[in-house]
Amino acid sequence: MTTAPAQAQARPWMSVAIEPRYLIVFLITLVLAVGEWRYGILGGYERLATTLGVCIVTEVFLSWWLRGRVANVASAYITGISLALLTKPQANILWPFALGAFLAITSKYVLTYRGRHLWNPSNFAIALMVLVAADSVAILSHQWGNDIWTNLVIWFFGLLIAWRAKVLHVTLTYVACFIAFALLRHVIVGGPLFAELAPITGPMYQLFVFFMVTDPRTTVSTTRGRIVVVAIVALVETLIRLGGDFQLSLLRPFYVSPPILALAIVGPIAMFIDLRRTVGPPDGRTVKA
Amino acid sequence: MNSRRFIVTVAFAAAVVAVVVLNAGAAGTTTGASETIHLSEVAHASGIDFVHQEATLDLKIANVAPHVGALGACVSVSDVNNDGWDDLYFTSSRFGTSNALYLNQHDGTFKEVSTEAGVGALNREGEGASMGAVWGDYDNDGNEDLLVYKWGYPQLLHNLGNGKFDDVTAQAGLKTWMNSNGAVWLDFDRDGLLDLYITGYFRSDIDFWHLKTTRIMQQSWEFASNGGKNLLFKNMGNGHFKDVTDSLGVGSTRWTLAATAADFNDDGWPDLYLANDYGPEELYLNRGGKHFELARAGLQDDSKSGMAVAVGDVYNRGRHDVFVTNISEKGFLFQGNNLRLNFLKELGRFDEVAKGPVADAGWAWGAQFGDLNNDGLLDLVIANGFISADSTRDYWYAMSKIAGAQGNIFEDAKNWPAIGTASLSGYEPSRVLLNRGEAGFVDVAQEAGVTDRLDGRSVAMADLFNRGLLDVVIANEKGRALLYKNMGSPSPEGRGGQGVRPGRWLELKLVGTRSNRSAIGAEVTAEIGAGRQRQVVDGGSGFCSQNDRRLHFGLGNQRLGRVTIRWPSGAEQVLSGLAIDSLHVITEPK
Repeated sequence: MTTAPAQAQARPWMSVAIEPRYLIVFLITLVLAVGEWRYGILGGYERLATTLGVCIVTEVFLSWWLRGRVANVASAYITGISLALLTKPQANILWPFALGAFLAITSKYVLTYRGRHLWNPSNFAIALMVLVAADSVAILSHQWGNDIWTNLVIWFFGLLIAWRAKVLHVTLTYVACFIAFALLRHVIVGGPLFAELAPITGPMYQLFVFFMVTDPRTTVSTTRGRIVVVAIVALVETLIRLGGDFQLSLLRPFYVSPPILALAIVGPIAMFIDLRRTVGPPDGRTVKA
Repeated sequence: MNSRRFIVTVAFAAAVVAVVVLNAGAAGTTTGASETIHLSEVAHASGIDFVHQEATLDLKIANVAPHVGALGACVSVSDVNNDGWDDLYFTSSRFGTSNALYLNQHDGTFKEVSTEAGVGALNREGEGASMGAVWGDYDNDGNEDLLVYKWGYPQLLHNLGNGKFDDVTAQAGLKTWMNSNGAVWLDFDRDGLLDLYITGYFRSDIDFWHLKTTRIMQQSWEFASNGGKNLLFKNMGNGHFKDVTDSLGVGSTRWTLAATAADFNDDGWPDLYLANDYGPEELYLNRGGKHFELARAGLQDDSKSGMAVAVGDVYNRGRHDVFVTNISEKGFLFQGNNLRLNFLKELGRFDEVAKGPVADAGWAWGAQFGDLNNDGLLDLVIANGFISADSTRDYWYAMSKIAGAQGNIFEDAKNWPAIGTASLSGYEPSRVLLNRGEAGFVDVAQEAGVTDRLDGRSVAMADLFNRGLLDVVIANEKGRALLYKNMGSPSPEGRGGQGVRPGRWLELKLVGTRSNRSAIGAEVTAEIGAGRQRQVVDGGSGFCSQNDRRLHFGLGNQRLGRVTIRWPSGAEQVLSGLAIDSLHVITEPK
């Protein structure tokens, strides 16, 4: 999901090895390995092969064809794994993986403003799928064993890498806002407090807070801006959740996956506003986030 | 926009359209098959007015009681009085309500006799609530006995042969509190005596009417192992059963909802196949009656919410394939039902091939195979729907909040959002899936006349009217029982629209001598045209149900070849030249 620019910078071998994007690659690979080892989370290796293959081929081809140079495939790798983990389709169908992967990567080249893409690729693909293909696609929910120790490993490495990647403020702001809004929902809805807090302990949120909402290429340019945006994401998520609690049928397509769809709504708007405020082309930030 | 970017944009748009189109194709059931099945719902007209009553549970779990307690509507088939006509037994679950025994009156009607028989008033405070029943002649006296499993003490009711039953639970050694939703008779050691496998769902230390804790739920949605322990009781032959669970190695605690027994690996010994809620299915291979071995068989990595297990030879390969129901709900969860083709002998595993309406039936419960149109291929009936309450309120979102959470949160029922009056996968239609061989299954429920939207739980099939046609009985949670009478398939030469079956058939009633008298576990392979269809005499299958133990083979217009019976004793009997369109009573050679 992190879409670090493919800037070939001359760096010593050791320095390249600890670039944040490679830490993200390590973390997503860790999530995949642990999830598959403990719980068979993929549901079939053909799913992973499909998303990875389509993401990487699409990225390589489009970057070469449209921009004249082949992009670093780290971003496509992360997107491919994310989609393989998050997509839980009906029966044994493979097309959601293939088309989801294609749409995710292609969105980076089509849905752009001032040369920057607006959606996190996997966020876009998953949101699109659950909105227009709900008869075929659901999202990762409980296929992670509901085991606290496995999740603690992911949270430990996730927080460490978020700190190293300088996006810890985004992750922590989101978590703080989620808890605050959970308390608010608990007061409004009147159900058990743990029911409102429970979602953030689940696997989909691990992918969301460590890979999606922190994507440096689809977050705004300032630290304060990122904090504000992620708080708004949490707020919109809460509005969707309240829609679910109060059975607003209009919002049903949204409350199957509130955080994903909240980000899909808020993220591009924030990016658009941020880019409009930016004078000239983007600064070409690497993964400073 | 340059041309390359334009092309990519068009490809992007085309992919979005493709998603919409492919999703539309996956959404509904496939209908419009040229061939179909005609069923007519005749329960009331047949004198069956049974309505299931749900158990009322401790108020400490009132927030989830409609969810937790939505079980217990079950049906099992047996010829209770040996008159050659199948009878029906339904379970209810609320204290003070009666289970029902409907005796077949041979004229298309049934008479309820549970009170006279002594098998009705079983739902009592301190004793527990009925969750299903299976029939088997455990003492080989020629009368089918009744095991009622409960959330509470199971009850073994000895058929005295005079229309009355005697409760022999205590002397049989079966008075063990369990929260069970399934049981199966089998002769695991082939000693000629029916043994009993009772599944545990909730833990056995839970008394749902006097809860000491609210930490009663699963600790994982797909890998839970904190359910009740399944128990295997060996029939000692003196009216007593002995718990041999641990020495035989079949004490799974994976929230088993359904179990069935058949010789899946063709080694001559009955194996156990378990459909587990919140976990992977389990196949316990019987090693010579000495112990069971948990097979890998490709099941361990496919964790879902198994509700029922039905056995059928889907493509007439002479194998026991398996169908296990699961949960699907638009947008939230696609676990998908499993149709597992048996390749144990070649590959050591099953291959999962479910797709379309076979995979996605909704929140699926009971299911059974049976050749409804006598074309030589086993069709499939699936009962669906969990809680049909207020149709404007849906519990799925509320449940999704805790579904992905840590297990120790939702293991405690008090952390669950209150379900109130909401529905949960309610008002779902049953499926009648016509087997078209290589062309796959097609849902013909609407055309067949199966249009109810009740919360189906248990499905049983039987030739209730001795016509060579399988009828379908469905027990519905908090609803009336349904009897779908098979009207046959109209043929071009049909007689005035009366419904004429074009397919021929064969039925076998097996009587054991060296084997258990019910012949439960007997494996029969019939050569039908170029194929070989295998069936097993049923000691319990589907979800809390049991089919007619007479085996029904549709033949279509194909030639019937040899029929091979492998009796539970191990004896093999080959029959040739059997008359078709007939019921044959076959007694095991001594």
